[in-house]
Amino acid sequence: MNAPFVPRMRWEAANSLRAATVPAASLLSLVLIWQVAAWWLASPLLPSPAVVFATLGRGIATGELLHHLGITLLRLGISFALAMILGSILGILLGYHATLDRWFDPWLTVFLNIPALVTIILCYVWFGLSETAAITAVVVNKLPNVAVTLREGTRHLDRGLLEMARVYRFGTWKTLRHVIWPQLYPFVVTAARTGLALIWKIILVVELLGRSDGMGYQLHLFFQLFDVAGILAYTLAFVIVIQAIEWILLQPLDRYARRWHR
Amino acid sequence: MIHIHIERKTYPASGRAESHTAIAGLELHLGEHEFVCLVGPSGCGKTTLLNLIAGLDRDFQGTIHLSKTGTPRLGYVFQEPRLLPWRTVRENLELALPPRRDPAVIDELLVLTGLTEFQHTYPQRLSLGMSRRVALARAFAVEPDLLLMDEPFVSLDAPTAEKMRRLLADLWQRRPHTVLFVTHDLREALELADRLVFLTPPPSRVAREVTLPHAPRLRSPEVVETLYRRLAPK
Repeated sequence: MNAPFVPRMRWEAANSLRAATVPAASLLSLVLIWQVAAWWLASPLLPSPAVVFATLGRGIATGELLHHLGITLLRLGISFALAMILGSILGILLGYHATLDRWFDPWLTVFLNIPALVTIILCYVWFGLSETAAITAVVVNKLPNVAVTLREGTRHLDRGLLEMARVYRFGTWKTLRHVIWPQLYPFVVTAARTGLALIWKIILVVELLGRSDGMGYQLHLFFQLFDVAGILAYTLAFVIVIQAIEWILLQPLDRYARRWHR
Repeated sequence: MIHIHIERKTYPASGRAESHTAIAGLELHLGEHEFVCLVGPSGCGKTTLLNLIAGLDRDFQGTIHLSKTGTPRLGYVFQEPRLLPWRTVRENLELALPPRRDPAVIDELLVLTGLTEFQHTYPQRLSLGMSRRVALARAFAVEPDLLLMDEPFVSLDAPTAEKMRRLLADLWQRRPHTVLFVTHDLREALELADRLVFLTPPPSRVAREVTLPHAPRLRSPEVVETLYRRLAPK
């Protein structure tokens, strides 16, 4: 059975190697341009890559960077999980009940269009400069996105398959697990991927405005000190971590969701 | 005996479509292990009737008695195969299997439908004919008290459809369940049925019933032609 797929897999491996060379070369050229520009300007406002990497190394060695990065990732994890769970529940409810959807759809539109900064400021004003306010602000920003995506998924559930499950007496649990979940799964993964991209940008602003630790706070500090090397080093660390989550966690989940496609 | 009495089935107006009555005053009885073909033009409420019998639509006036004891088990071969695309052929059959039923029945059905080789294949890699065979195997796997079939061989090429009818007849010989088979193709019905039930255009009711001489398996093309000339509308 597996024999015909072997050459194809080998072909895919070779292809992915080739696919990886271009981005690697492109990133390298970016570093090169950066190096040349830093050398040309010779200003502390644009430190060379070597200086930034050294700062990064120092930050890791002292443990300071990892501390702030850890705090930010924790906030990110909690608010991401809350937004995903609450948004999914809301989205599925709206997808099922047309009346509910007609009522709440304008709300979603309003919330989708409120700038993130406004929610953050309001949360801090109303709930004080607390952890709860910070997390609430991120959740409120992200939740409408998840809800809209899952509502779309629920609307597109295949009625034919649901009828089949009823006739063959799948029962609630089997229907949820084998008929409904596989159809919603791609939407959940989409919501997660776009959600991560959105949340990690918001969370820095949240920390900058009202927290005394985390990457956002640290960046704010560097800004006041005009420490561009620090800003770039922390940014680099954060971008690497977020990209790693995308590669290690989200992309495999996405591939798993599509495994049965031909 | 299965008794079906649909006093009235009406679809309410929605959007620009006016409300219309699909079925009115339909009376149908099915004997034990009887193979009944429901024949009528497209849009005469055949699928509606099957959905009412299957309990997928409970919005109607009338009564449906499927069995004296408990809830009867149904098999339903829909017009489209309706397989779970994210489950393999075997998993699709296993999921439909009632609890405590011997899984060996799946192996047997895979052999009978010629799908053993494809049991670990996902449905999207199958041809339409093969998907239909899986749907057929699934319906037989549950050992239904009543097997509903909604034009299960439509949009197959003639030789494949012929093979499928042969397969159905074989399966039915081994496990003679009560079958209600919907088709618009009179020749197909004549090949398979014990009894033909013709429906009127909507609002549908039974126009006439014809009991055919008993045949052990599929009727031969010659017999079908003779019957067709006698029964086909002039």
